[in-house]
Amino acid sequence: MSLNSKVPTGPIEQKWDKHKFELKLVNPANKRKYEIIVVGTGLAGASAAATLAGLGYNVKVFTFHDTPRRAHSIAAQGGINAAKNYQGDGDSIFRLFYDTIKGGDFRSREANVYRLAQVSVNIIDQCVAQGVPFAREYSGYLANRSFGGAQVSRTFYARGQTGQQLLLGAYQALMQQVDAGNIKLYHRHEMLDVVIVNGHAKGIIVRDLETGKISKHSAHAVVLATGGYSNVYFWSTNAKNCNVTATYRAYKRGAYFANPCYTQIHPTCIPASGDYQSKLTLMSESLRNDGRVWVPKKLGDKRHPNDIPEEERDYYLERKYPSFGNLVPRDIASRAAKYVCDERRGVGPGDKPYAVYLDFRDAIKRLGKDKIAERYGNLFEMYQKITNENPYEVPMRIYPAPHYTMGGLWVDYNLMSNIPGLFVIGEANFSDHGANRLGASALMQGLADGYFILPYTIGGYLAEIGWNKVSDDTPEFNDALKVVEDNIKKLLSVNGSKSPDYFHMELGRLMLDKVGMSRNKAGLEEALRKIPEIRERFWREVRVTGSGESLNQTLEKAGRVADFLEFAELMAYDALHREESCGGHFREEYQTPDGEAVRNDEKFSYVAAWEYKGVGNTPILHKEDLKFEVVKPSTRSYK
Amino acid sequence: MKIILNVWRQNGPEDEGRFVRYEVDNVSTHWSFLELLDVLNNQLIEKGEEPVTFEHDCREGICGSCGFMINGVAHGRQYSPEGRTTVCQLHMYKFKDGDELYLEPFRAKAFPVLKDLMVDRSAFDKIIAAGGYITVQAGNAQDANKILIPKEVANEAMNAAECIGCGACVASCKNASAMLFVSAKISHLGLLPQGQPERKRRAQRMIAKMDELGFGNCTNQYECEAVCPKGIRKDFIGRMNRDYICSINKEVDTKDFVGAI
Repeated sequence: MSLNSKVPTGPIEQKWDKHKFELKLVNPANKRKYEIIVVGTGLAGASAAATLAGLGYNVKVFTFHDTPRRAHSIAAQGGINAAKNYQGDGDSIFRLFYDTIKGGDFRSREANVYRLAQVSVNIIDQCVAQGVPFAREYSGYLANRSFGGAQVSRTFYARGQTGQQLLLGAYQALMQQVDAGNIKLYHRHEMLDVVIVNGHAKGIIVRDLETGKISKHSAHAVVLATGGYSNVYFWSTNAKNCNVTATYRAYKRGAYFANPCYTQIHPTCIPASGDYQSKLTLMSESLRNDGRVWVPKKLGDKRHPNDIPEEERDYYLERKYPSFGNLVPRDIASRAAKYVCDERRGVGPGDKPYAVYLDFRDAIKRLGKDKIAERYGNLFEMYQKITNENPYEVPMRIYPAPHYTMGGLWVDYNLMSNIPGLFVIGEANFSDHGANRLGASALMQGLADGYFILPYTIGGYLAEIGWNKVSDDTPEFNDALKVVEDNIKKLLSVNGSKSPDYFHMELGRLMLDKVGMSRNKAGLEEALRKIPEIRERFWREVRVTGSGESLNQTLEKAGRVADFLEFAELMAYDALHREESCGGHFREEYQTPDGEAVRNDEKFSYVAAWEYKGVGNTPILHKEDLKFEVVKPSTRSYK
Repeated sequence: MKIILNVWRQNGPEDEGRFVRYEVDNVSTHWSFLELLDVLNNQLIEKGEEPVTFEHDCREGICGSCGFMINGVAHGRQYSPEGRTTVCQLHMYKFKDGDELYLEPFRAKAFPVLKDLMVDRSAFDKIIAAGGYITVQAGNAQDANKILIPKEVANEAMNAAECIGCGACVASCKNASAMLFVSAKISHLGLLPQGQPERKRRAQRMIAKMDELGFGNCTNQYECEAVCPKGIRKDFIGRMNRDYICSINKEVDTKDFVGAI
């Protein structure tokens, strides 16, 4: 049975307006009778909470951080896309829609993507009104830059800290609503379960991370904005505390998990330098605007990069993809880097180094050092701090790293999961990016969902269910509370000898190797054999020190690793079943002779939404067929 | 190399707290300072001892989660002669074999210690809630390019807006003043045309809240600026004071300062 996406009928340009009109409304006086729970305070969660509270709903906001402003959206550097066409370079809503559909390798839902492109213009207006200090021209007009996967300049930015400034805007709006009494903020509270009553999501179970107290919270609807799962790889660009727990536990309660194998490996990260490295540091893709990517033509060339003459350098992206050059989409740039390193043309210390150069020599010559410093100063500074090398003088060394996850909980056009009342927004859902996300589109989607989409669609749901008070003293709430308590007791009682990190790293190594940038059948089957083994050893050998009744970071970590150890299997199932290469999912069996991805639209033009069937059991596949009415799927070419 | 750490261990807000000495062998110069603590912690867990609690998240110097004192200086700024840093961006190539270091939490009356190196900085949220915003409901906004903002003004607003809310300024100040933090937000929003309608009210309320929460006042020693990982400048404190005076004196109008740098 195909899942019902509830996409409105009619021409694509009119679907959203028509839908907004058809959605039932909650009148202003009745809004205050409703309670909404928002979990997570990144761009999506904070913008949704602020907007819903501004509309008059009672909102309870939960974050596991000490303050909402810490969410990992803050680390986004490069920018946010919007189809403003301020540069007059041929951009339009339709072009942003087309680029995003194509960038996603024709694995996203047309109607959602079109709506995203439509509201993108409102986001910039909203953020400027909030005081986000976007870059400006001397004339006072907004500045733009270009980004991977696009041939127009549609990216708005605030130095190399766009995510920070957008998040602070949303955070400040959220705090304004806290001040107004419309939002109750629970900081350092981690969501550990969703409660389903009569088939509808009616609340959550949380643990107060300061005191260890576990409590129940009921509401008329629950919104998850809890981000992605790249930390399944341990070494990723995500913040250390990012995890899959909230969405995974919702999955265990019956929410479908869609396309978990669609993970994005970001091409411009600082290469790993040792076993104890705790994460990989991303540098904005915007660097590819002015930096040129190259490796030596000769295998194993150990000369200093500045001593390698022009004719002995292989600017492989410019060579293979002349029309997009260094600005090809992320999946393509990442795989191309892997290929040249596999050929032993990687650069840097070691026998078979995995890194390529990103060189600003020509840009500095053309624009001057000051201009480059103005554009990328903080990134250069960060690079130098970490590597102790000066990128103004020596080319940067970069290598891809897991970064963003396109997969997430399945949602319909209303951003509601298959569980009524459970809404999922931002990176936590699967929508909009298909099999690959374009740069500067995550910020756009998070804020689109939070400011401009969810506030409408959730109203339609609430108007239908009415405002009868939801009790948290029901068997469903008490059972969920007990499940959470039992899980914590179980973690504390293993009393083994290894830290949670030990297992997380072991899982990460396996996932990078077998379910990473390129995958094959044998490797995925091996992963499916090994993940349960690691999980089984985790539950026998992990050591969680301290108690459950106090602040305990080891316990928090152990709970998240335990979920990754189950979730990883789901990723491998999905990757194994999808016998094609598309976007971030590259199956070695399905490629052209020159290494380009081969999609199989006849068999796999669908969203794979998985239903939980118990730990270690094969999940059940549900399909949502993708219909392309406006853009005809074609071979994605950036040549 | 070997690094000796004397770490402040405090089991909870009510515990008295003490330094505990640890030796970490085979430290690689590639590690970040927090990776040194990761290694120590994993060793402690494997021995069945409670690891050192410290706050951290992005490890890229932008989320503002991390921060503690190394030998009395916030974020170990003295080990970063080339410039500003957060402790997550401090790497072990800055240290020597045998270095003995003292790690302490960010101490301030308004930042109670929760455990070991972790403090409660929710006071900062309360200050932001008291006016650190421009009120605008989604849907209200006009076209973004209808508000022209000179590049210098946007840049200066951005210089203030870069604050990551880590609290190093408070911990470094002998008065535990939050004025660098508060002035950064007041300046960011007060510099922009969009921030004018709420400018007086913002200054009044944020400063009143800051005083109420137990932060001290500035006595012009600028320890805050010296350790700030984002280079927030002390001149913003001057701007804040000016906005405050304007806000209590009806004769002076903040519109005189619109766009002023």
